[in-house]
Amino acid sequence: MNHLQRRTTYLAAVLVLATAAVAQKTSIQLPPDNPLSQIKSGTGDDAVRKNCSICHSTDYIVRQPHLSAPQWDGEVKKMIGVYGAPISAADARTISDYLAENYGTVSAESKKTEAGKH
Amino acid sequence: MSSLDRRSFLRTWGMTSAAIATSLWGREFLVGPKLAWAAEGSEDPLLAGRPLVRYPGKTDLILLTSRPPQLETPMKYFASAITPNEAFYVRYHIPPPTQVDLSTWRLKVTGHLDKPLELSFDDLQSKFPRASIVAVNQCSGNGRGYFSPRVFGGQWANGAMGNAEWTGVRLRDVLSAAGVKPGAVDVSFNGLDQPVMPTIPDFVKSLSVSRIMDDPNVLVAYQMNGQPLPMLNGFPVRLIVPGWYATYWVKHLSEITVLDKEFDGFWMRKAYLIPDTPCGCVEPGSAPAHTVPINRLDVRSLMIAPTGGERLAARKAVALKGIAFDSGYGIQEVVVSTDNGASWRPAQLGKDLGNYSFREWSLQWTPPRMGRYSLMARATNRIGESEPSEALWNPAGYLRNVVEHVDVTVA
Repeated sequence: MNHLQRRTTYLAAVLVLATAAVAQKTSIQLPPDNPLSQIKSGTGDDAVRKNCSICHSTDYIVRQPHLSAPQWDGEVKKMIGVYGAPISAADARTISDYLAENYGTVSAESKKTEAGKH
Repeated sequence: MSSLDRRSFLRTWGMTSAAIATSLWGREFLVGPKLAWAAEGSEDPLLAGRPLVRYPGKTDLILLTSRPPQLETPMKYFASAITPNEAFYVRYHIPPPTQVDLSTWRLKVTGHLDKPLELSFDDLQSKFPRASIVAVNQCSGNGRGYFSPRVFGGQWANGAMGNAEWTGVRLRDVLSAAGVKPGAVDVSFNGLDQPVMPTIPDFVKSLSVSRIMDDPNVLVAYQMNGQPLPMLNGFPVRLIVPGWYATYWVKHLSEITVLDKEFDGFWMRKAYLIPDTPCGCVEPGSAPAHTVPINRLDVRSLMIAPTGGERLAARKAVALKGIAFDSGYGIQEVVVSTDNGASWRPAQLGKDLGNYSFREWSLQWTPPRMGRYSLMARATNRIGESEPSEALWNPAGYLRNVVEHVDVTVA
């Protein structure tokens, strides 16, 4: 094996090792919150953004099925009671009402439609 | 992104239309204006409005939530039994770590042991026999979005699952090396992910000591399909619990603690509970009297081709294809109906990659005439467990297994 061959073999070996080894430091950058999941405008939307967004993006709200006011209230109570979300009692009420109004079983739109019938 | 960039970014997207926000956000993460609905070629309303995104180490996945991230695998990837790492779904309760330095990373094995261990990444690879298994990792809530009545929680379609070859060391070898003391009951598992606030319970799960010592397939995996795990699938090592729901497959595993009593952490005692009934189900809309921690996978089969809403040609043969899996007994048979359940024919099973793997199946079908067809597949495992024709229900939206329908038009 001449010098050049040896060097080529050595380089090939280094390359194989480099491929097999896992990088010592690995890091990623996560994207900001999904801009397509903004919550509806409505009474209390500020309280939702201020409080709920501490822990999670708003897709956690807009992707949920439209369930009842007591069910939404239960979710808000769970966030406070189980996960310790630092939400004041007044804000909690506002948030529950907002969610039931905008993401509840009877949406704001259909209420308007109902009102228009009378 | 620097904090200044982030602020201006937030200010910007807060004021702009979705279209402009899309173009700003999209440079790095959003895959053009494509929405999952279009990408899937289906009319599944669960996918409506959900963009395809590209997160670090991942290909275009269907966004469910961005923080903490939940990304769903498009169904087309299940046309093959092995799910590519970059297409594997992502699901976090609390924010994932964004940095890991292997030169300082250690797996701590502590608790009710003779000699607690601190293992480096090299130790794991050099000090224990290597073990591999192909196994399905499926979120407990996969398919939750299809529950009726609907329930709160991640509104997954059926893409919160994947199948990979996991390589690492047997957990029982690690515990044996550490010398489990008599009287050990449970083993808890914690990862590098950290809650946003100290009041939020850290994501810690447990298995019984006997569950681990009796099962050579429970692994601490450092490879997924022969490659390092993507960060968002648990780099550098992840617990592998073949046959059980993914909630136990703790990502970024960093602490294994052997306990001389039952583990009573939040994520075992308060969350991931199913009704303590033979079916794991209750009357829709009702609450269970007793619950137990979720455990092994139900039998499932999914048709991947054709997709719902697809148009086929009359009198032209088409391959009906899909996958089936169970909790590790192995798939015995898959039967297919093209007449809304009136008659069933056995499908041909694909290569057997092991009892815990997806099993491919296929069946040639020639649509006899024009019209709408409801195509169905039903799997049965080797102990006779199968899928019900009507979906069962539980309040958390877990354990979905039902004979799914794929409605196609023959024109």
